[in-house]
Amino acid sequence: MTFIHKQAVIIGGGPGGLAAAAELKKNGIDDILILEREHTPGGILRQCIHDGFGLTRFGETLSGPEYAQRFIDDVKKQGIEIVTDATVIGLTRDRKVTAASKDGLLQYQADAVILTMGCRERTRGALSIPGERPAGVFTAGTAQAYINLKNKMVGKNVIILGSGDIGMIMARRMTLEGAKVQAVFEIQPYPSGLPRNIEQCLNDYQIPLYLSHTVTKIIGHNRLEAVEVSQVDENMQPIPGTEKRYDCDTLILSVGLIPENELSLMAGVELDPRTKGAVVDEFYQTSVPGIFAAGNVLHVHDLVDFVSLEAERLAKSVAAYLKEDLAPAEISIETGGLIGYTVPQKISGARDVSLSFRPRKPVRGCRVEIRQDETCLVSRTYPKLLPAEMETIDLPAGKLLSKSNIKVVTVDE
Amino acid sequence: MNPIYDVLVIGAGVVGCSVARELSRYQLSVCVAEKGPDVCMETSSRNSAVLHAGYNNKTGSLMAKFCVEGNRTFDQIAEELDIPYRRTGKLVVGFTPEDREKLEELKAQGERNGIEGIRMVERDFIDKKAPCVGGNFAMWSPTTAILSPFQFTFGMAENAAENGVQFFFDSEVTQITHGRLINGTFQPDPPKTGGPDPAKTGQSDPAEASEFHSAKNRNNAPGAPYDPDGVYTVTTKGKSFLTRWVINCAGLGSDRISAMLGIDEYTLYPCRGEYYILDKRLSHMLPLPAYPVPNIKTGGLGIHLTPTLDGNIMVGPSTEYIDSREDYSATRPIMDMLIEDGSRIFPYLKKEYFIRNFAGIRPKLAPPGVGGFHDFVIERRDAVAPHAVNLVGIESPGLTSAVPIAHEVIRLMKEVEPLKENPAFNPIRRRAVTFRDKTPEEQARLIKENPDYGEIICRCETITKAEVLAAIRGPLGAKTVTGVKYRCRAMMGRCQGGYCQPKITELLMEEKGIRPEDLTYERRGSYLFTGEVRES
Repeated sequence: MTFIHKQAVIIGGGPGGLAAAAELKKNGIDDILILEREHTPGGILRQCIHDGFGLTRFGETLSGPEYAQRFIDDVKKQGIEIVTDATVIGLTRDRKVTAASKDGLLQYQADAVILTMGCRERTRGALSIPGERPAGVFTAGTAQAYINLKNKMVGKNVIILGSGDIGMIMARRMTLEGAKVQAVFEIQPYPSGLPRNIEQCLNDYQIPLYLSHTVTKIIGHNRLEAVEVSQVDENMQPIPGTEKRYDCDTLILSVGLIPENELSLMAGVELDPRTKGAVVDEFYQTSVPGIFAAGNVLHVHDLVDFVSLEAERLAKSVAAYLKEDLAPAEISIETGGLIGYTVPQKISGARDVSLSFRPRKPVRGCRVEIRQDETCLVSRTYPKLLPAEMETIDLPAGKLLSKSNIKVVTVDE
Repeated sequence: MNPIYDVLVIGAGVVGCSVARELSRYQLSVCVAEKGPDVCMETSSRNSAVLHAGYNNKTGSLMAKFCVEGNRTFDQIAEELDIPYRRTGKLVVGFTPEDREKLEELKAQGERNGIEGIRMVERDFIDKKAPCVGGNFAMWSPTTAILSPFQFTFGMAENAAENGVQFFFDSEVTQITHGRLINGTFQPDPPKTGGPDPAKTGQSDPAEASEFHSAKNRNNAPGAPYDPDGVYTVTTKGKSFLTRWVINCAGLGSDRISAMLGIDEYTLYPCRGEYYILDKRLSHMLPLPAYPVPNIKTGGLGIHLTPTLDGNIMVGPSTEYIDSREDYSATRPIMDMLIEDGSRIFPYLKKEYFIRNFAGIRPKLAPPGVGGFHDFVIERRDAVAPHAVNLVGIESPGLTSAVPIAHEVIRLMKEVEPLKENPAFNPIRRRAVTFRDKTPEEQARLIKENPDYGEIICRCETITKAEVLAAIRGPLGAKTVTGVKYRCRAMMGRCQGGYCQPKITELLMEEKGIRPEDLTYERRGSYLFTGEVRES
């Protein structure tokens, strides 16, 4: 079989892939291909019909489809090739990309591969919720696809487990469509979604949010009839005697997103167990040379604007990679204190970088330091850090003392 | 007037489908009445998916005999019906001197049962075969295989259907009455003397009423005349059938059907087994089933790990006697226990690899407290229920034994009446193409022939639209979400249908003309949608 040569093949035509493509072209790379499995590009934004997108990137608030359309228009205007209805089913270490489409099996040899496949939802099975397996248990994104893309109403009397953003958005969406949303239960002692969604999706509709609660049993043989909810202790273990039954026909799960890295693994890309995304350097290059990753496939973002911005930074690096060698990234970044992870996980030290991170739990008035050889290179105080929000800290290259590893830590004050 | 079937098989599990297929070799009109909406809905689809060698069962039992035979003859049936399976062999691992003793006994029993090649092996052998599996030594069973219980059952059902067997779903049998046809009209047998007073039972609850109508009360009389022209009326929810023969393959309901036939001495004890399914990412670590030394008293084979043909790993099953025959709940204590016990044999069970739990229910004749395995009941009781074959308590190793059990049913029927071979019988069935197993060249050719192979519906398992449509349009095509899943594996992957279920429900509704509110996930009442969001 013959492989068509491309300078850059982008896997996934969602917000990450579209932004990367447009920026690559602006940086002088012409031979670009986007492979998208759906019939239309836009990724998950196609079903996000609520507004609130684009404040950071465009300075105005847009719906998901509107936000995506800006990038689609840009990509089309620049004449970038995009093949839709094409699912990538193979990726090799030497950057051979195989996609299935109705027009045949498409095979490409790319100089650079850009991974922008996004993420998937954590399921009931991954949580191991006890009980039966009736119909009526949906992940929030699947319920959203049914309601917004397929015009199917999934239920009338709803309980939501997990205070992820999609779950809260679905609480509002289903209320607006006439369903009774009884409550949102969150196992953590703090919400996992954004404060603005708690305000606009729950509080505005008088939907209660119960922290430190979880569903401990699913009841119903055919269709869901009820769930049993329990309070949990500080170790997130259900407290016996606190069980309460809620009659409902629908359980919506908004319990986390997992970067979709099956193709990355196929190509031998090293993953970070904390982010479940690739380990990358400041160029967004993975452990496999010439394979890059950005957006939710790299680490789950809070706002799509940051996905686009990250993909645009990636595109600049890929454009550089296609013209010259990138500086080797030999400085690893460790984390400590409340810092859950950083992206990138390693840097070259040759240029200024911005490190993205999330805290492992909410904290107010928190100082974050970047240290090397026991010396503080950068210190910044944040009025608050929330697990729901991604933060950044800048590290100017001139601050580095050596090529030894650096550490990003929170400091108790 | 209703047609008179020669044979009505009750139950479309692996045994019912196997019996149906064997019956289709003869010039008989055959139908299958199934309570559920599809083939393979209960114990047949909820098990370890292992083709056992046959050393676990007592020498001389039907279980031992049919299991060994089912294993030995499986290659041919797999060839005819295109059933995927792999002879991986199996390790039963031990840790202590006591374990070794028990394994020696197991091996001796296996040898008595006529199994070849089983032997004791040491740690170096385990290291060679499956280095991630724990244990200091093991019994090695080379003939044990893993198979797709779905494809096995669907293969036999589809082949039976192609050879003329009719399947009736959502047809739970509520009553069986023996009688005779007089001028085309069914006349129940006269009540035997000393039977319940019809006037009295007429007002009582329906269960008692059906007891009165059951064949037992009329044919139990000593020396009741054997009626070669007799027929059964089998009443189901929605339809009634006339049939000369009844074969009870009702699995979890087989004691109830047995009682309806008048053989009321059996009680089944439902015994639940819970499982975890793990992500395919671990598949390279477990190439073959690994079992602990069985503690037969519990009624199961112990918490074991089994790779599936598609690369997942199953951990389970527990053995828990329960009151219900349909409560497939997963429970917290058992889920924790599975991980703890499973980790002894395979210490790589991490929560992030869990993709699903499920449970199956064993129809056990061995009561709680006694445990172990009561032998299969496969019998003809002419005095009570003429022209009926009664199968009760077909639990493990029922999957492995399904074909020999069907042969036994035919043998019992032939003792009563000669069966004429059906010259048109075609033993061959081909399953739908699986795109993911093909080379790129073959995949390219498939897409060229049918562009639907180029549309990936299930991303986790790489299942194409062509395969989903084959599941829906094929013989006995799927009409529920689970039906699609069992036939083509779509939605069985790590995202559990999060991505593709909306596409599959759309195809199901389109193809079958089902309204949104009538589409079901699995059983009746398991509706997915309350309707449309907006009038379309």
